[in-house]
Amino acid sequence: MEGLTRHYGPVVALDGLDLTLRPGELIALLGPSGCGKTTTLRLLAGLEDADSGQITVGGRDITRMPASKRDMGMVFQAYSLFPHMTVLQNVAFGLRLRRVAKAERDRRALEILDLVGLSEQAGRYAHQISGGQQQRVALARALAIEPQVLLLDEPLSALDAKVRAQLRDQIRRIQLEVGITTLFVTHDQEEALAIADRVGVMRDGKLEQLASPTEVYTRPATPFVAEFVGLTNRLPGTVSGSTVTVRGQDLPLVDLGTPAGPVTALIRPEAVTLAPESSAGSGPLAGTVIAITFLGATSRVTVNLGDTTIMAQLPTSDATELSAGSYVALSIRPDPVLVSVAANNSVAASGA
Amino acid sequence: MAAITSVGGTSLEAPAHRQPGMQAGRRRRLNAFRYVVFTLFGLFIIAPLLAMIRFSLEGSKLGTWSAKAWQQIASYPGLLGAVEITLELALITSAVVLVLLVPTMIWIRLRVQWISRTFEFLCLLPLTIPAIALVVGLATVYNRIRHYNLSAIQLFWAYVILALPYAYRALSSGLNAIDVETLSEAARSLGANWFTVIVRVIAPNMWQAILNSLLLSSALVLGEFTIAYLLLYTNTLQVTLYSISRNTPNAGVIFSASSAALIFTFLLLLILSYVGRLRRGRG
Repeated sequence: MEGLTRHYGPVVALDGLDLTLRPGELIALLGPSGCGKTTTLRLLAGLEDADSGQITVGGRDITRMPASKRDMGMVFQAYSLFPHMTVLQNVAFGLRLRRVAKAERDRRALEILDLVGLSEQAGRYAHQISGGQQQRVALARALAIEPQVLLLDEPLSALDAKVRAQLRDQIRRIQLEVGITTLFVTHDQEEALAIADRVGVMRDGKLEQLASPTEVYTRPATPFVAEFVGLTNRLPGTVSGSTVTVRGQDLPLVDLGTPAGPVTALIRPEAVTLAPESSAGSGPLAGTVIAITFLGATSRVTVNLGDTTIMAQLPTSDATELSAGSYVALSIRPDPVLVSVAANNSVAASGA
Repeated sequence: MAAITSVGGTSLEAPAHRQPGMQAGRRRRLNAFRYVVFTLFGLFIIAPLLAMIRFSLEGSKLGTWSAKAWQQIASYPGLLGAVEITLELALITSAVVLVLLVPTMIWIRLRVQWISRTFEFLCLLPLTIPAIALVVGLATVYNRIRHYNLSAIQLFWAYVILALPYAYRALSSGLNAIDVETLSEAARSLGANWFTVIVRVIAPNMWQAILNSLLLSSALVLGEFTIAYLLLYTNTLQVTLYSISRNTPNAGVIFSASSAALIFTFLLLLILSYVGRLRRGRG
């Protein structure tokens, strides 16, 4: 996709988007509501027309091609199975349109249903299977036509958390097994980071960063990416040379070209470590625990440093000895830090 | 109810509320009221119909029973023909209404939503126009049609207009019950063209609405009198029954034919509801 733009009246949904999908890879488009990720997917599917730009697949320009001829498989956010057809008929629908003989299309449909683990539900209707099963059937239906590209528009958002996690991993397994190029749209960071080969973080119709999940998380290219992906502490610091000094601690910079002077350092909660103290300490990294949020395997501890608050994320086993009011001494792991040069250096711990 | 202790330690008593016994009593009274109202209205509607059926089975002496009026339906001059014409009209009207409305409404929902309000207005307009006023407009057209000696089947043009509001509402409800946009996009992404989307994906999921529309259109045609009479088509069922009543007041065949038409409509309703339930059970 090159230079794609799309307007809805005065609203700019896509602003010159450039995105290339490599064969067989899964790209997750991540971003807040209204950032243009679903619009990107719909333009690729042909369900909407771009105002300008070009879409090519396998070297073929499909920009003005109708959706029915684009050879894309799509799974929608809303349950999209045809209610009047059985599971098998749903999966075979695309093959029927391509005039595949009945015996052959039933065979292929059953094969695909077996791939998604639902061959025993072939005779059932959509209302007789669960939401997770419906989305798996929708995936099978999209794969049955052997599309060039698989498009997934937040397929898990209507499901509960446990089913979502299971289906997410299944989708990835199937995608790897089939080797199909896939574009996955989601607003859920965990989904994107868990299954994508590359994650594209979007904002206001543009790509802020397109990189591997590890890179997007540990080396965010912009403050927006740093704050949208994962939680972020915003702390004032001062850049000097290749380091930034944050509350008395020198940390390496991600961007070595940052000019010297006051900045806001963006620090991940898991980069902050805590050590309990018997009494209130002094110094810029001494504080008092305000709250502890239990998240299962990890816990998030919010600490009052006097002039600001900071979040730390640590294994729950390490947080059991802490409670509201505990005195702690903090340190920041010396990972490369992204900074933003802001006019206003009022800070608060924040995150997506 | 147990006291709830707030975070601050103060004890908060649950507020007094109705005891379960009071709620059950209230529910019983409400149900009794519903049954009484339902029964009274039911009697109000059913009693005249039962009286009509009873009168159609009345023998030559008061209090006796006879099926003679029912037997006359087949033999009374012109009546069977009128039944046939009216049934044909019902069928043709229903079919034309569905062929016109179903693809149009789906198309508007999918592609040109901005005219949906105008379309709704046009479909509902016949509700606001009295049959007499319609006839004034239609008379000039039908006078020309009569020159060609075409049968009363030509009334279907007028009946389609009359049936539009009812069919529109039934079909609109059906469209609202399904996610038309998602289903059509799913079908298109699989390679379906617009014709396939409408005929093989959307319309099959509107079966109940289509059946309701069929029923409403048929019932309207079966009971329609004014337009047929004023346009001088004397061989439809209601006009024929009226003619019989003018010539032979209290003829039993009037009541037996009317009862038969009513029973037929009820049976149609039952059959269509049963078919709709079967399809709902499948998917």
